Amino acid sequence: MNCFHADLHIHTCLSPCGDLEMSPRNIIRTARERGLHMIAITDHNSTLNVVVTMEIGRREGIYVIAGCEVNTCEEVHCLCYFPHLHALQVFQLYLEGRMTSLPNDPDRFGYQVAVDANDRILYEEKRSLFVGIDAEIEGVAAEVHRLGGVFVPAHIDRRSNSLLSQLGFVPFGLSHDALEMSRATTPSAFVQKHPELAEELFLHNSDAHYLKDIAAVYNRFYMEQLSWDCFKAAFDHTGNKDSFIGYFYD
Amino acid sequence: MEKSLIQLIEVLGYRCLAGQVRTDRMVHWGYVSDLLSDVMGKAQPGMVWITSQVHSNIVAVAALKEVAAIIVVNERQIDPDVLAQAEKEGVVILSSGMPAFETAGRLYAQLKSD
Repeated sequence: MNCFHADLHIHTCLSPCGDLEMSPRNIIRTARERGLHMIAITDHNSTLNVVVTMEIGRREGIYVIAGCEVNTCEEVHCLCYFPHLHALQVFQLYLEGRMTSLPNDPDRFGYQVAVDANDRILYEEKRSLFVGIDAEIEGVAAEVHRLGGVFVPAHIDRRSNSLLSQLGFVPFGLSHDALEMSRATTPSAFVQKHPELAEELFLHNSDAHYLKDIAAVYNRFYMEQLSWDCFKAAFDHTGNKDSFIGYFYD
Repeated sequence: MEKSLIQLIEVLGYRCLAGQVRTDRMVHWGYVSDLLSDVMGKAQPGMVWITSQVHSNIVAVAALKEVAAIIVVNERQIDPDVLAQAEKEGVVILSSGMPAFETAGRLYAQLKSD
């Protein structure tokens, strides 16, 4: 069993609020410097900077999970993680079909750019990635699970764009693999205020929009090796002890 | 001045989508919010709750806070499952053809007038 440090909520320069310095190359370099073994790229409503980050990560020894932070029609932010590139591509099409046509305003929200491994801009997304897509949270969860992915409502402690701020409580039928806590709190502190969530599994991520914030908080994944199967098994609630997320076991 | 839901439906032209049998409830005031966490903290029994949120959690929040009715604005489509749940829980859901500002303004005038 090995312990892997994982920050699973990182934005790139594709996200409207993500700093232009957040290029895949800089993110991987910073992740290495901070001792991370695993990261997830989770831009708002788009996955177009994932593949290049995975390629650089493979070269530099950082395991990169393909991800996305979806803003649902209820304006709940949700982390979605995918097992392989085919699933990622299918999900990108799912997003394209439900995305707003509202244009991004770069002066207010920043540029939304997809880049290559050398920070060259390949594509500018002109539609706003910040606005909620036309799909409700249960629908997004179902699509992620249909593709074999992992679904985690983001920063549920936050007063905006979180499952609890928008919908008051975890909907009874919502299929989810964990809940994420922002770096403003910790899972144990939050559960003290919300004892009804004591049975939940939590992730604790940086939600970095700037390089300085990468690995500000992170998770410990105890598992055999860096692979999707081990990663996914860590979310198994049924007592799988071959892989687990270290927070409650530390 | 308190008004019944029936009176308000008649004067303001809402469509009743669920909980028709409970429209004899009296309304003394209203609350406007799309954040359910906020409604859970601030709404009071006997208020109507004006929102554009149509997620199924609105039914549970309305039942919990004992609001007289939910008024969903802009004629937003509501999933039949949500309406069925509301029917079961005795939650009245009304549909307004107007945005939240006009919906609240007209309702305010009704409840404020003598």
